[in-house]
Amino acid sequence: MSFSEYFSLLFSDYTLRTISLGTALLGAICGMLGSFAVLRKQSLLGDAISHAALPGIALAFLITGAKDSNVLLLGALVSGLIGTFWIRSMVSKTHLKSDTALGLVLSLFFGFGMLLLTFIQKQPNANQAGLDKYLFGQAATLIEKDVQILLLVTTASLFILLLFWKEFKILLFDVEYANTLGFNTKLLDILITFLIVLAIVLGLQTVGVVLMSAMLLAPAAAARQWTNKLSVMVGLAAVFGAFSGVVGTAISASQNNLSTGPVIVLIAGCIVFISFIFSHKRGLLLREYKFLQNRRELHHNKTLLFMYDIAKDHTNIGHPHAIKILNNFHGFTVKTLKQLETKGFILVSGQDWSLTEKGYHHATSMFKKNEIENVNTTN
Amino acid sequence: MKNPIAVRVDDLTVAYNYKPVLWDIDLEIPEGVLMAIVGPNGAGKSTLIKSILGIIKPIAGSITIFDKPYKKQRKHVAYVPQKGSVDWDFPTTAQDVVLMGTYGDLGWIKRPGAKEKKQALEALEKVGMLSFKNRQISQLSGGQQQRIFLARALVQNASIYFMDEPFQGVDASTEIAIINILKELRKSGKTVVVVHHDLQTVPEYFDWVTFLNVKKIATGPVKDIFNDDNLTKTYGINYKVAINK
Repeated sequence: MSFSEYFSLLFSDYTLRTISLGTALLGAICGMLGSFAVLRKQSLLGDAISHAALPGIALAFLITGAKDSNVLLLGALVSGLIGTFWIRSMVSKTHLKSDTALGLVLSLFFGFGMLLLTFIQKQPNANQAGLDKYLFGQAATLIEKDVQILLLVTTASLFILLLFWKEFKILLFDVEYANTLGFNTKLLDILITFLIVLAIVLGLQTVGVVLMSAMLLAPAAAARQWTNKLSVMVGLAAVFGAFSGVVGTAISASQNNLSTGPVIVLIAGCIVFISFIFSHKRGLLLREYKFLQNRRELHHNKTLLFMYDIAKDHTNIGHPHAIKILNNFHGFTVKTLKQLETKGFILVSGQDWSLTEKGYHHATSMFKKNEIENVNTTN
Repeated sequence: MKNPIAVRVDDLTVAYNYKPVLWDIDLEIPEGVLMAIVGPNGAGKSTLIKSILGIIKPIAGSITIFDKPYKKQRKHVAYVPQKGSVDWDFPTTAQDVVLMGTYGDLGWIKRPGAKEKKQALEALEKVGMLSFKNRQISQLSGGQQQRIFLARALVQNASIYFMDEPFQGVDASTEIAIINILKELRKSGKTVVVVHHDLQTVPEYFDWVTFLNVKKIATGPVKDIFNDDNLTKTYGINYKVAINK
């Protein structure tokens, strides 16, 4: 199936439409809530939670014996929340740092989950297969009921975020201050963490335990590059997430045997990469360009001021001087001379240069500006 | 007549782990004073303020603001935390941070409107930061960030201001701007309590002082108690400071 076929199928094929809608919704909710995780410096919490959810899935299966995805995800939710709670109490009650607590919970829960999975696989039960899809996710198993739940949770999260927007903002920026203003920051904290856990658990079926944290972080990290406004960041992260979901599904549907979860995560990764380099606000390219431009500007100005120093004592400012004199000035290169000429600040004829009217005025104003700045900084 | 007591602390003891950070503090802060809290690192200065503001739960003791617990007097109290306590790379603008000062009055869910925005702009003007209102906060200098924090507290329009090292890492012009605002606050009858590090400027900036080093060493008017004896007791070394009376 080619790419264009995918898009025509998107409108006619029920299964493909369901899956695409599901991954888009998942991307949107993860991007939205991931922004909060990133800004709270809890990027790794998502990783720990998703891994912590695995034993819950296995236990839910062992207890009920059914493979109903809602029951399994309920198990994931419970064990994800227990993992989160453990991390928190470890950080507050022991001297362990949060990265240690995260690492411990992540590996312990994941190890236990793997143990249970292998145990289940050894059982003589025909119903056992397919649980390992929660490791790397399998978008193809999304059915309409899953999408309905995703839609419900996404809408509810959006509603809660909008309702408590101001409260969440101040919680993210300055918890203690929020406390003194009378906001119950513990409650807000629990609320936002619960939503994050919920989003992660919903994504397990599609993206899987191992890659889930990328879904949470990548869109948010990319969005941060493009804006300095929280609302725009959250919105943009949701769009990036949804876009990764749809495009990832399209690619994996058009190429046989490509697993959807990893493709979605890779698309999100590409968006992060592009954002880091090309962002007009914080991009590396822009920073480098500005740096070089600044250097060049300083270089020109320094050279021009040096010339101004030589020329200003002459009654005729256009009096020609030998280029050789400039050799005493270390910042001087043939290139700067040429660039100053194209700017119209100097004239070069043979071995001589002379200051133009424009160059003289530019240098004088620069000189005066320097003086004023010097006065300002000494006062 | 003696001023009424703005803040009363009785038998306050605070401990994070095993060692007490504050031990049996009794303190009265009269209304209308500009008070410095001084003491060495780890003396519990920030902890004292945070306990008064209810951020830290004490092990023992009681604290009242105008004879009522803090919870009932929230709207009369404003707080300027240490500048380093937040991440200044947070995606928001100067005006937005100042607006946070109105959140307490607004309460849950209600969003700031035109009235609150006007208050924020006025506060920005007071601290000389109006032209920076749309600036991303990471692009502000340390002194400017401190002014933004001060503006946020001014918006709260409180009667008592607690400030945690507002002069730390700011340049001379910001320091002067801040102290002028503090003096103005006192002039209009507000009570201002400041955790302060520069002992040299205590007599010039403040009229009351509290010496703290886990225990309260002394509290009172600067002219009566800011002397070498108390400084030595607080800092543990023979401290000499030039006091310009």
